[in-house]
Amino acid sequence: MTAVAESAAAAPQNRLTIERPWQRWLIRLGVFVAMVVLCLPGLWVVLTAFRPNIEVLAKPTIWIPQNPTLDNFLKIFGLLPAQQEGLPVAQYFVNSLVISITSTVVAILIGMMGGYAFARYRFRGKAALFIGFMLSRSIPGVALSLPLFIVWSRIGLIDTPLGLIIVYLAINVPFTIWLTDGFFRQIPVDLNEAAQIDGCTRWQAFWKVEFPLARSGLASAAIFAFLTSWNEYALASQLSRTVASKTMPVGLMDFTAQFTVDWTGMSAMAVLIIIPALVLTFIVQKHLIAGLTFGGVKG
Amino acid sequence: MAQVALEKVVKRYGSVETVHGIDLDVAHNEFVVLVGPSGCGKSTTLRMIAGLEEITGGTIRIGDRVVNALPPRSRNISMVFQSYALYPHMTVRENLGFGLKIAKQPEAEIVKRVNEAAEILGLHAYMDRLPQHLSGGQRQRVAMGRAIVRNPDVFLFDEPLSNLDAKLRGQMRVEIKKLHQRVQTTVIYVTHDQVEAMTLADRIVIMRDGHIEQVGTPSDVFDRPANVFVAGFIGSPPMNQLDGEVASEAGRPVARLADGIAVPLPPDLAGKATAGQPVILGFRPDSLAPRGHALHNEADSLALTRPVIIAEPLGTETIVFTDFAGREVQGRMLNPRPVRAGETMEFTLDLTRLHVFDKASGRSLRG
Repeated sequence: MTAVAESAAAAPQNRLTIERPWQRWLIRLGVFVAMVVLCLPGLWVVLTAFRPNIEVLAKPTIWIPQNPTLDNFLKIFGLLPAQQEGLPVAQYFVNSLVISITSTVVAILIGMMGGYAFARYRFRGKAALFIGFMLSRSIPGVALSLPLFIVWSRIGLIDTPLGLIIVYLAINVPFTIWLTDGFFRQIPVDLNEAAQIDGCTRWQAFWKVEFPLARSGLASAAIFAFLTSWNEYALASQLSRTVASKTMPVGLMDFTAQFTVDWTGMSAMAVLIIIPALVLTFIVQKHLIAGLTFGGVKG
Repeated sequence: MAQVALEKVVKRYGSVETVHGIDLDVAHNEFVVLVGPSGCGKSTTLRMIAGLEEITGGTIRIGDRVVNALPPRSRNISMVFQSYALYPHMTVRENLGFGLKIAKQPEAEIVKRVNEAAEILGLHAYMDRLPQHLSGGQRQRVAMGRAIVRNPDVFLFDEPLSNLDAKLRGQMRVEIKKLHQRVQTTVIYVTHDQVEAMTLADRIVIMRDGHIEQVGTPSDVFDRPANVFVAGFIGSPPMNQLDGEVASEAGRPVARLADGIAVPLPPDLAGKATAGQPVILGFRPDSLAPRGHALHNEADSLALTRPVIIAEPLGTETIVFTDFAGREVQGRMLNPRPVRAGETMEFTLDLTRLHVFDKASGRSLRG
């Protein structure tokens, strides 16, 4: 058994060692190019956030900030002595947090139960319902903005956090169901049955055995749901009007005036948007350990 | 006292009936093995006893209680799954103690009983390991430990050895037998392997297509199979079966085979076989052997000179294939000498251990 496990673990290494050195370099070059394409815009936003406006507009382009500064951040919070008022960034931040966290928690709760039901129970119309959920993902969000705007304005949900929470729930629940369904399917039914024989109710069997095993799946579903709500712009820009419900991405547009765009302020705020998403991803990443279910069943 | 009784138990999925009203009584402390080919309903029957499948009709009793509507947790049973179903996120110790913890037993009691189970099954060395760091045999033992730790009324085993290699399967079979001797409990064990059934069972239940074909001790089903199916299923190599017709020669009933050979039938079948009745003549490979290499008394046997088609040497014996009445049959050669394919040998067929089945119904003429 151990020998088998060892040889299985050694197999991928063997495959790497038989690669030619030039192949390895080619792969590294490809990865480097891809990473440059992916990271450069983000890097540019971060660099812009830490430099004065004059460097942004300079020609020829100044690549590395010559006079790094935190003024842009102070400016958007209205903390520069020469400036009379900033933007309600703190309120935008709170709005974003409330809307994203609430919609994520509720989407995970509903989605987890839905995913479990699809993975474990047989019921009439199951396949059609599942396809229906997935098809709802194929509608571009922006296409919903006008009907949503009309309905939301009739029932008084325009410019409220609740209005956005409901919209993000509708987007996140089907995705969470799809993702957790896959994770629950990977957990053998035998484990639930063994727990029931060991004295658990179905509910206990779920909480004590299947839920801990699906935790990594739920963590990834939570990250996806949170980032979707946190970063969403198109619908939020239609459904929020004032400080009462504007989220961070919508707040970015506050930096555009009729003839000018405050690139440095916008970048500073973009950095503030990126940080929580980055931190969350790093925290949850630890829990994304796959293969936890391996070993419990079969040899 | 935990006897298990099944009365007219039916299982239906929609319009498909998979178990057709079976009756079975398992006595207290008895080791009963359900055996049969895949799809015969043995696992479904076990799962109905466990409460993992609802029953469509009939009654299941454990002890004095009807358990038809009770959930698995209220039946005081434990089960060892084919896949072991160990909780992957718990150590061996936690796996063993899980059921007791759910039952809210005091911590000291849990420790004591987990240690007892670990002692019985030799699990002490790896109590703090996760299942993924155990070998197949070790996982199997943990699964059994988890089953015994709760002192259940009934142990259920669902093909527990199928995932092990042949050598380990043999070892674990012995361990299960020892375990049953040590922890006297009623056991219902499902397997498709007739060797497991023969070696472990007090009584064997042979199932096919949702029906019970025969219930009996290992020697009952081996020596007196009720029908052609049981005769072919139990025993390895399987029983040889030849088509024939009952006739009478010199006042003694014989089975006349396809090539005209008349095989005298055992005297106890005298009143039961009627002349002209199409039958299947069965004899085990043990009953056919080259002269001088037989288990049986060669005095009361039929001599046949036949060419060897192929021989399988197994060390202490050799399985010899030859043809008889147009069919390939197998014989067992004890104290073997080297045998060449094509070699002509004189075989003896033990006439005292013949089986005769009615061709139409497949039932044994012995009834």
